[in-house]
Amino acid sequence: MSRKTWTTIALVAAMMLIFGVSFVVGGIRTNPDERFAGTDSVATSTIQESNPDYEPWFQPFFQPESGEVESGLFALQAAIGGTVLGFAIGALWGRRRGELKAVNGPTPDDATPSPEPAS
Amino acid sequence: MHIAEGFLPVAHCVAWYAVSAPFVIHGARKVIEQAKEHPESRLLLAAAGAFTFVLSSIKLPSVTGSSSHPNGTGLGAVLFRPPVMAFLSTIVLIFQALLLAHGGITTLGANVFSMGIAGPWIGYWCWVGSNKLGWHRNVGVFLALAFADLSTYLVTSVQLGLAFPDPVSGIAGSVAKFMGVFVISQVPLAIAEGILGVLVFRLLTDVARPELERLGVIKPSMSEAVAR
Repeated sequence: MSRKTWTTIALVAAMMLIFGVSFVVGGIRTNPDERFAGTDSVATSTIQESNPDYEPWFQPFFQPESGEVESGLFALQAAIGGTVLGFAIGALWGRRRGELKAVNGPTPDDATPSPEPAS
Repeated sequence: MHIAEGFLPVAHCVAWYAVSAPFVIHGARKVIEQAKEHPESRLLLAAAGAFTFVLSSIKLPSVTGSSSHPNGTGLGAVLFRPPVMAFLSTIVLIFQALLLAHGGITTLGANVFSMGIAGPWIGYWCWVGSNKLGWHRNVGVFLALAFADLSTYLVTSVQLGLAFPDPVSGIAGSVAKFMGVFVISQVPLAIAEGILGVLVFRLLTDVARPELERLGVIKPSMSEAVAR
């Protein structure tokens, strides 16, 4: 494998390691009542603790009533983003490949066998 | 970094709206300009927006025992300069405020300021600084994404500290308290986001080299061979 591939693997491994360590270390320190509470909601409860008189003066129009529905909507957001990201990168890839082929002729990684001698 | 709906006093909501609005309008103009004048960069623009859309939806565990989410705003800031991200982040934040009850319409101005303006600019300055020092561009990308992420949460802490000063230690004490909630949790996430940014950027230099060269993100003089 090329150096480039190894770098990619190392970077992905580093990312997984960060979350692995976070999960283990965080799991020890986490609040047993609400494990891995979101920092945004922790901030809200911090406000309510230090300013018990503060009344939120506006309520969301729509609130996903259950955690299941909420996580589904978050998944929807990730799905939309992932689809667009995948399409954009795929389309860029196809365009680039077309350009390179126009300049260099068929590339060795083309699926169709080419009569060109392998370098 | 999402300040919940109604959790900023009215005066603060209005003030943050006033501060953010010009950036968002300017950003919207830049997005339209980019898409009109350079139709070939539309795909890359979509990729930058989608990256933020995905990353801000994923909550990840952190060493503090809390979970938090990255932002992904640094990538677009490096590719298209920060104004574009003010607009793209606003779209993401409106989506989350209306559909997920995450963040809010009243706090939109403040949230746009932290995620769409402060973060991208600080990330962009890291990228520029790293290039000036002659560091490898992957280092610049890493720093840009990591610091765009981290600084967004720093700004949120300041915003909340200003709105809810501690009765004893005042604004400074309150800012420190909110930093305690946000910043340490965010450090591992910011590092991971930086690494992910490098991965995506390496991919983009393969598939979108002409666009990146035109945008001035990578130098045209560098041959394909050197980059690989």
